[in-house]
Amino acid sequence: MQETDTHVAIHVEDLVVGFGRHIVIDHLSLDVRRGEILGLVGASGGGKSVLMRTVIGLIERQSGKIEVMGSDIGLTPGRRTRDAAAKWGVLFQQGALFSSLTALQNVEFPLRENATLSDELMTEIANAKLEMVGLAPEDGVKFPSELSGGMTKRVALARALALDPAIVFLDEPTSGLDPIAAGDFDTLIKTLQKTLGLTVFMVTHDLASLNTVCDRVAALADGKIVTIGPMSELLRSEHPWVKAYFHGKRSLMLQPKAI
Amino acid sequence: MINAPLLIASANGDALELRPTGSWTVVNAATLEQLSASIAPQLARARSVTVNMSGVRELDTLGAWLIERISRHLAGGGQRAHIVGAADDYIDLIEELRQVNRRRNPGPTERKSIADRLEMLGRAALAAILDLSVFLQMLGAICLAAVGVFRRPRSFRLTSLVYQIYRVGWQALPIVVLITFLIGAIIAQQGIFHFRKFGAEAYVVDMVGILVLRELGVLIVAIMVAGRSGSAYTAELGSMKMREEIDALSTMGLDPVDVLILPRVVALIIALPILAFVGAVAALYGGGLVAWFYGGMSPVTFIARLHEAISVTHFEVGIIKAPFMALVIGIVACSEGLRVKGSAESLGKQTTTSVVKSIFLVIVLDGLFAVFFASIGM
Repeated sequence: MQETDTHVAIHVEDLVVGFGRHIVIDHLSLDVRRGEILGLVGASGGGKSVLMRTVIGLIERQSGKIEVMGSDIGLTPGRRTRDAAAKWGVLFQQGALFSSLTALQNVEFPLRENATLSDELMTEIANAKLEMVGLAPEDGVKFPSELSGGMTKRVALARALALDPAIVFLDEPTSGLDPIAAGDFDTLIKTLQKTLGLTVFMVTHDLASLNTVCDRVAALADGKIVTIGPMSELLRSEHPWVKAYFHGKRSLMLQPKAI
Repeated sequence: MINAPLLIASANGDALELRPTGSWTVVNAATLEQLSASIAPQLARARSVTVNMSGVRELDTLGAWLIERISRHLAGGGQRAHIVGAADDYIDLIEELRQVNRRRNPGPTERKSIADRLEMLGRAALAAILDLSVFLQMLGAICLAAVGVFRRPRSFRLTSLVYQIYRVGWQALPIVVLITFLIGAIIAQQGIFHFRKFGAEAYVVDMVGILVLRELGVLIVAIMVAGRSGSAYTAELGSMKMREEIDALSTMGLDPVDVLILPRVVALIIALPILAFVGAVAALYGGGLVAWFYGGMSPVTFIARLHEAISVTHFEVGIIKAPFMALVIGIVACSEGLRVKGSAESLGKQTTTSVVKSIFLVIVLDGLFAVFFASIGM
């Protein structure tokens, strides 16, 4: 699984995360290549979100090494993690928009805090981001409580992309969206990934997004990555959990394409 | 810095060639903004512009937008800038940005005119009327539920009532006793300190007794209950409303007023008079202790004077008010809880409103009772 450093966006080695005696991530290693969309699947409560939150420094790890874009992330949340934060954007499952700010102000917020630029330019950039994720300028003045689920996710994505990070983490980006909105969102991620040259780390249960947008899929079971590779490879995997996941009744739609 | 951005402009007649170099990214935002502002005069003179991107090391949305802005600046004069020498993915990004910021962003509209202010006033008045109607509706619903219980006493939720009395009565006791004890002590101390000037220290007992039994005891306790239990009711019912638990109850054919609200309001009506009584006793106890240690009045004298100064009427005046205050607190807390909308902010807002409103109403009610008792001579 080791690859040369320049092609690796996120390098996780021998990671252990646990709460008390309960070990959630057990000596896990994972490499995310630059410019790819990696989907992470796993059982509910199996540690997918824990893995993502550990990489972005929200959860402390017991041991192991995490490198993001070549720089080491400290064991405890601190300055180094904060510096690294400029390299990534995070889309939380519920959007996590600041409820006291409008959609536009939400997107402006990272720019205002981390870059020196005039108000006019900042508004133009924020507005550009909102339009790039497919929202109308009129939506910018709305508050998060006035946005629909799909719009909230789009604004959250625009905010995650505000500083043009190299990596975006998406936590269940299509959950709670209808298939049309989810499909649009998948296309949007793919388009943005191409134009902005992003590396995308996506936690998802959505089989359709795994199939259509992900370059590689990693399966997390028993605290380890049991299989990683393109979708076709996962479908051939012999691991019992992966087999159950991709060959269950709900996954039948994947089969005709795969065989 | 090797990658420091630069913008070299070379004019040839009225053709302008721009050569951006270095990294045009958000890290260099301040420099980039200056650079693009500095070429504005040359841009205004130019007829055609070529942007040679071959020197650009890095480009992100900000850089691409600045280049697009230069191009758009010119397009106002009729012609677009030619972009040459850019890598393919940069072209994609610039193309993407060509679509955006085409329409002016509608800013938040200022509302200043007299008509707007009148409209706001009207809306506020309407909201006040709505508040009153919500209050009356809840009162009506509770009365209806109470009538239902009188018809079929077995339908009453006794377990819930007992649990609520435990929460709003028993669990509130320590804090109520502590606060009223301190209030009694403070009134006594202030009374002794000021009455001493004209040798009327003995009348402190009258003051403490009448004040605590008629007014302060019940008022302080009611305000504390509104803050402690009223807010808890609003938050509980509000979060149940948010999680659709109340809708679930209704679909099972149960009335939320019967199941949730009546036991809570009845529990308050039972608990508040008891708390007010205990509170009054604690306040008298505090006053007595201060009179003893600070004023030098022995407990025996204090009790004897108290016996002369107050009658059971004073106590009645105080305690009669308690159930009514409890009813008001209960109605406000429950109706505000049911007005919670889907979001967590609304839960917080409604809880604050509930506490403010019930404290206000408790004091208004106390004033009305004062007028009433004065006119019937109690």
